Amino acid sequence: MGDGAITIEFGNSVDPVLQARVDALDRAIASVRTSGGLQGLIETVPTFRSLTLIFDPLQTDRDHLLEAVVPLAETGDPAPPSTVRHWLLPACYEKEAAPDLETAVSALNLDAGELASLHAASEYVVYMLGFLPGFAFMGDLPEALRLPRRSEPRTRVPAGSIAIATSLTAVYPWESPGGWHLIGHCPVPLFDPGRDEPALLRAGDRVRFSPLGAADHDRLKLAIAAGEIDPACFCQTHGVLP
Amino acid sequence: MSIALRVVAAGACASIQDAGRFGFRRIGVPWSGVLDRRLMRIANHLVGNEENAPVVECFDGGQQFAAAGASLRIAIAGNAVLEVEDDAGRRQVASWRSLILEPGQALRIAHISPGRIAVLAVSGMTVPPVMGSASTYARAALGGFHGRALQAGDEIGASATTAGAGRMLTHPPEPSTGAIRVVPGPQHDHFDSSFWSIFTSSHYEVSRAADRMGVRLEGPPLRHLAHHGHEIVSDATVPGSIQVPGTGLPVVLLADAQTAGGYPKVATVISADLARIAASPPDSTIRFAAIGAHEAQRIARDEERLTRALLEAIRPIPGEGLDLDALYSGNLVDGVVNALSPEQSR
Repeated sequence: MGDGAITIEFGNSVDPVLQARVDALDRAIASVRTSGGLQGLIETVPTFRSLTLIFDPLQTDRDHLLEAVVPLAETGDPAPPSTVRHWLLPACYEKEAAPDLETAVSALNLDAGELASLHAASEYVVYMLGFLPGFAFMGDLPEALRLPRRSEPRTRVPAGSIAIATSLTAVYPWESPGGWHLIGHCPVPLFDPGRDEPALLRAGDRVRFSPLGAADHDRLKLAIAAGEIDPACFCQTHGVLP
Repeated sequence: MSIALRVVAAGACASIQDAGRFGFRRIGVPWSGVLDRRLMRIANHLVGNEENAPVVECFDGGQQFAAAGASLRIAIAGNAVLEVEDDAGRRQVASWRSLILEPGQALRIAHISPGRIAVLAVSGMTVPPVMGSASTYARAALGGFHGRALQAGDEIGASATTAGAGRMLTHPPEPSTGAIRVVPGPQHDHFDSSFWSIFTSSHYEVSRAADRMGVRLEGPPLRHLAHHGHEIVSDATVPGSIQVPGTGLPVVLLADAQTAGGYPKVATVISADLARIAASPPDSTIRFAAIGAHEAQRIARDEERLTRALLEAIRPIPGEGLDLDALYSGNLVDGVVNALSPEQSR
């Protein structure tokens, strides 16, 4: 892309196998960089299906980088990470926190309780972060919850909104425009520049949602804001991959 | 009283930026940073700052600044019409040179043209970095002045003027003209075969929807191939990515744009020409020309040489005495400096 970036594509779909291959190349590159290689590489950006390498064209060039990186992509998958993080994030699915709940349930032919329990019953993989700081694209939604994006994107989605679209779900970390359906609210801030690792979630993490009522949600939100509860406590285990 | 640059009026838009916040696109944090790095480097050089030090990026004029607590050495890079106002009245001053702003004086950016960006550097301006950068990213309240664009009344810490001559750039860069150069891809194959001749032979108009995130263009729409549709599985964007949503009208992404997107990207504007798009006023027209990735890299290196030549051409303002700082920094860049006659050292 232009004079300072290359995208290495692995496919064109939302698929945990692709995500794992992207992650493997990303980690292989990180390990070469740790030992002083790949000078001039500014950063890498893993996505669902591709790894973008951003470089300084004054320090290196695309031919040189490709020569070094393509063999890393071809050597097959290095060992997957030995541990995977599991999160249980609180979620309020009550109407006040979910402006699209009514239209979503009628489009999906469900009732509000069914939608909440279906959304909370699945474990999601974090495929990638992007769009906004800390915004995690998670999937896959059960078939019964899949809707196309809104035809009219909202100009203002409140921070903390839990949203669904196509096979994916996410929590908006910031107020922003957005085209997904808002079905709930999560009181845990997904991004904090003061943390060592500002984004709460990482690609490859597993996430489930735990329903709670509006009053509990509000109490939790206040307690987190006051520093009484550390968002890291919603990470349950560092279990071994199944 | 602490020493500071006081924002008297923020004009159309003004924010603190530096070279950018690198390394966090993988968690969705864009680089932000000045839209025209050359202007930042020149302005900082004029006041004796490190060249990537934080600056105030100003859009379209209307900004007004004052010195609080002490006189400040400042400089504005960009094609700006400037006025200094004090008890003695109002007078025009030049950009592309340093000047001393005394308490009681106000500096106004009356107008910016051609272009729409001017960069103000202040000697010793201090802005605490957030995630490695002072750049403002307002969407997530990162960096800058409390994470937001500047407002009237804000005061940004700086250091008092030290002795020494001012500096000036006698031959500022000429505004570039000609087509905006792009490297095709990564999703140019999502469009029908006629699109490329439409894209490179048409004039596109810069719409009113132009800010630090991106510039929407108006002109002949580009048609997506039916079997691809107008959405892709999201992948990474970079500043310069040209996204084409369902309307077929291109959007050029800039420093504050989202780090990933679900629209096909027809091409990428080369870094050397990106500042020109950012500085194109609404209703102006631009054209695109396609080049190869290798040529794009060569142009990036040529541009850097040109910027260095401009920085090396910065000289003490005649009649303001010998500027030791300028000589020392000239020495680092040139390798050789004749202390008695710096003009002959090139």
